[in-house]
Amino acid sequence: MLHFSKLKLFVIYFIITVLSFFSILNFINNNDNFILSKKINLGLDLQGGSYLLLEVDSKPIIIQNLQQKILNLRKILKKNKIKYKNLKLTNQTISFTLDESYKSTFDEIFLDKNNPVNLFYEKYKSYELDHKIENSKVTIEYSKYGLVELKISSLDQSLEIVRRRIDEVGTNEPTIVKRGNDRILIELPGLEDPNRIKKLLGKTANLSFRLVTNSIDEFGSEVLSYENSDDKISISKRVIVSGDNLINAQPKHDRQSNQAVVSFTFDRSGSKKFARVTSKNVGRRIAIILDNKIISAPVVQEPILTGQGQISGDFTFQSATDLALMLRSGALPAPLKIIEERTVGPDLGEDSIKAGAISLIIGFLLVILYMIYKYRKLGLIADLALIVNLIILLGVLTILEATLTLPGIAGIILTVGMAVDANVLIFERIKEEIKLENNNIHAFDNGYKKARSAILDANITTLISAVILFFLGSGPVKGFAVTLGIGIVTTLFSAYFFARHLSASYVIRNKDKKLNI
Amino acid sequence: MNKTYFKEIKFTNFYRRLNIFSSILIILSILIILLKGLNLGVDFKGGTLIEVRIENSSVNIAEIRQSLNKMNLGNINVKKFGKENDYLIKIQITKINDINFIKSINEKMSSDLGSVVNFRRVENVGPKVSNELLKDGMLAISLSLAAMLFYIWIRFEWQFSLAAIAAIIHDVIITIGIFSLLSFEVNLSIVAAVLTIVGYSMNDTVVIFDRIRENLKKYTKISISEISNTSTNETLSRTLITSVTTLLALFSIYIFGGEILRGFSFAMIVGVIVGTYSSIFVATPILNYTNVNSKTVLNENSNEYI
Repeated sequence: MLHFSKLKLFVIYFIITVLSFFSILNFINNNDNFILSKKINLGLDLQGGSYLLLEVDSKPIIIQNLQQKILNLRKILKKNKIKYKNLKLTNQTISFTLDESYKSTFDEIFLDKNNPVNLFYEKYKSYELDHKIENSKVTIEYSKYGLVELKISSLDQSLEIVRRRIDEVGTNEPTIVKRGNDRILIELPGLEDPNRIKKLLGKTANLSFRLVTNSIDEFGSEVLSYENSDDKISISKRVIVSGDNLINAQPKHDRQSNQAVVSFTFDRSGSKKFARVTSKNVGRRIAIILDNKIISAPVVQEPILTGQGQISGDFTFQSATDLALMLRSGALPAPLKIIEERTVGPDLGEDSIKAGAISLIIGFLLVILYMIYKYRKLGLIADLALIVNLIILLGVLTILEATLTLPGIAGIILTVGMAVDANVLIFERIKEEIKLENNNIHAFDNGYKKARSAILDANITTLISAVILFFLGSGPVKGFAVTLGIGIVTTLFSAYFFARHLSASYVIRNKDKKLNI
Repeated sequence: MNKTYFKEIKFTNFYRRLNIFSSILIILSILIILLKGLNLGVDFKGGTLIEVRIENSSVNIAEIRQSLNKMNLGNINVKKFGKENDYLIKIQITKINDINFIKSINEKMSSDLGSVVNFRRVENVGPKVSNELLKDGMLAISLSLAAMLFYIWIRFEWQFSLAAIAAIIHDVIITIGIFSLLSFEVNLSIVAAVLTIVGYSMNDTVVIFDRIRENLKKYTKISISEISNTSTNETLSRTLITSVTTLLALFSIYIFGGEILRGFSFAMIVGVIVGTYSSIFVATPILNYTNVNSKTVLNENSNEYI
């Protein structure tokens, strides 16, 4: 165990040199080069910032889609001359009654793999909708896979819109990723106040232009209330133009009213539709509706043919800017709910880094002194191994561009405490062997050999904990798992290659002396 | 040269008494956990946590409570957190989607207290997420126990596996019991601590077991009780030295690592002490009671050096 070939030594010291080089990169600034710019990232708890977990509320989309399904279902039933009664949507379930004699025809149509209402997914071997016929009552709801598909597609769309909105704000290196079927995780480093982002993500920004009707009794009307007051007016359900037709929206200061407004531009088809409706309805009011709330309902003074206009409401310049931004980025397919939020201020992050560094240095010194006290010269070897261990641990973290969190620093300190264990196991074993052996070299050799199985078992058990924590832990705790896990590997390397080489040279030089350990 | 071997401790003599002691500790811990419950943090219970620094140092904790009570926030909890002027506020409700919720608390507090109020950290966890985090935490601990059980079973014999797991469960229950007794907050980092304790305690136990197995193979005529005694003595100085270095590192975190890591490092300190004790006085005795002998370990493939 004490013999090292030249090649082996070269590889060992090469690895140590390369990793030391990478660990040094953290302390110098170099952002140009792909490799030289590698650094350990600081977690949100250390550099300050916001963490938001959003959930897509898919219920409105389910209902919206089922309403569309009802329309299509009507067409199909009519086309196939199937008589039905009471077709309605309650609680995310479509139901209607069907005469006995039509059952088999309906089944046939509904389960036809090319029917336009009920999609068939080849990949799941399943339909989009489940249907049941009891007596003469038919009920239809989304199937398990239908829901999965719906959630995935609305998550993808939402993610895109969220990304656009956050990018427009221009925060520093945001992380925006999917989590599971219906969640979006956002990390905003350095952001002290997440309120603006929360505001921007809190609205779906569904914009529509609809005519104001005289009363609720008029066909196809509904009552909506204003955004800024409790006033209500009746509005036609027919959408003239929606936010999908916008190609631009900008905040502006209106000189006449001395107020902030949002000016917008429609695309070609939007401009045409808007021109037609405004031409026919001069003197009537058109309501501008955002997320089912009326922003304003101005009277049409003259036909608007240019496809340009402006929205006025009780805007500040900031809220006009935000509304324009939301309109530009497009509407979210479904509302997003924040289900977890964590924000750390930058000064707390700085304090945490300081505290982490101080406790690391003190813990490190204590362990180093204790090892020298216990093992004298061999203790020095263990200490050198510990220093090398720390440096290569930093190096590996740098290469992986891992994220260092406060619990992660705790993981490094804990590694310092536990790293010496491998050397302690070996040294204790060597002590025992020296009692039995007169030959120092044999004693060292046996010590290393016999300690090996205990060291491996002991470290693998800790590694198992770290791996489980890595996969099930979240946020800062994950950072702990990373440093603890990598720390175990670097510990084994430094004890079994580096320290072994040092102790081999030591014992070979002192092979005939009585060793005092 | 033989200074560490000047005398052998008869560990076996303490087994019976300390086993009773451990059993009592476990029963007490379970009782405390069941009766008193755990002080779950916002991670697991949901709610809002605010770490606040009040710039005006003449403000006292009662005034902060009074100010918060006026806001009708339901159940609130305020305590000092580390430095002078730093407090930790826990609020049971989570109006997480109300954009002005946190802002209005800040404004009302600063006007009530007549001071700049700096929210250094805000954590807002909805009920759905907290339930999931709790489930994940328990899953992680159970999974790691299962993984350890399996690993030791593969590397040793089932008797070793059983004894080691019993010792770990002993450590985990007592650590959680102490948290319940002292009403310390249990949050995500405590789960991390418990998992590390599981790893550490296992680590400690494995070293002794490894020696027992080696000695069982070497001395086929000697009883398991004597082998346990010798093996524990032979590995004792390693056990103690490693515990000391780990504790040195942990105390350094506990004292200098700041308020956020205090719960974590405290749990680890308790765990390392209990874990060291349990490898000697729980795991090894249980291995004795399973009547493991030389035949058991000689049957297995000789995989001492993998």
